[in-house]
Amino acid sequence: MSFLSAQPIDPVALLEAFTRAANGAGAIVSFTGVVRGDDGVSALWLDHHPGLSEASIAEIDADTRRRYAIDDLLIVHRVGGVGPGEPVVFVAAAARHRRAAFDSVDQAMDRLKTDAILWKRETAADGTSWVEARAEDHSDRARWESQE
Amino acid sequence: MKLTFFGRLRDEVGVGEIDCSPPTTVGDSESLRRWIGEQHPALLDPRVRIALDNVLIKGSAPTADVAEVAFLPPVSGG
Repeated sequence: MSFLSAQPIDPVALLEAFTRAANGAGAIVSFTGVVRGDDGVSALWLDHHPGLSEASIAEIDADTRRRYAIDDLLIVHRVGGVGPGEPVVFVAAAARHRRAAFDSVDQAMDRLKTDAILWKRETAADGTSWVEARAEDHSDRARWESQE
Repeated sequence: MKLTFFGRLRDEVGVGEIDCSPPTTVGDSESLRRWIGEQHPALLDPRVRIALDNVLIKGSAPTADVAEVAFLPPVSGG
């Protein structure tokens, strides 16, 4: 059950619980996205629309489950203020075989970059700026379209 | 009717939401966009999507009986 979290997320605890629940799966893959600490960003703030943002995460979750032979999937995305070094997103998949687990997490992350209804504001020494998905994010997303 | 703004639009409009009563000539989402866009031109950007009561719409849709109109700029998750 994927969800948005206004509280700090603990990837180790999430993975431990996910692994326990996926009892019998042959492969578990997880990805944790962390706010980089080396490019001058002192804070990240993620804005969301109560309702539409959750629905966009649920749609990515359902679409990923439909496309891959996976037994379970978890997407947890932060909203609100996130500091450097803190996790901003966690994705895990459990499957019988590793390829489906790797690919489903990779594809879900590419979709989160372009399709999750969230807005990221960075604060650095020179002020604040709103981030938009980059051309590279859209081409990463497009890699999976030939498989649709 | 409540208009809500997210991401950079919060900053550009200056608030997260506005309560308003559009004139009777405003009957759909695109005419609403043009009406409110006179004061807040950032909303006229075609990349700004509109959701009516939590439903993203394509093109334009009637706004009669709609409680919330959300203006959504390009996203950036992950």
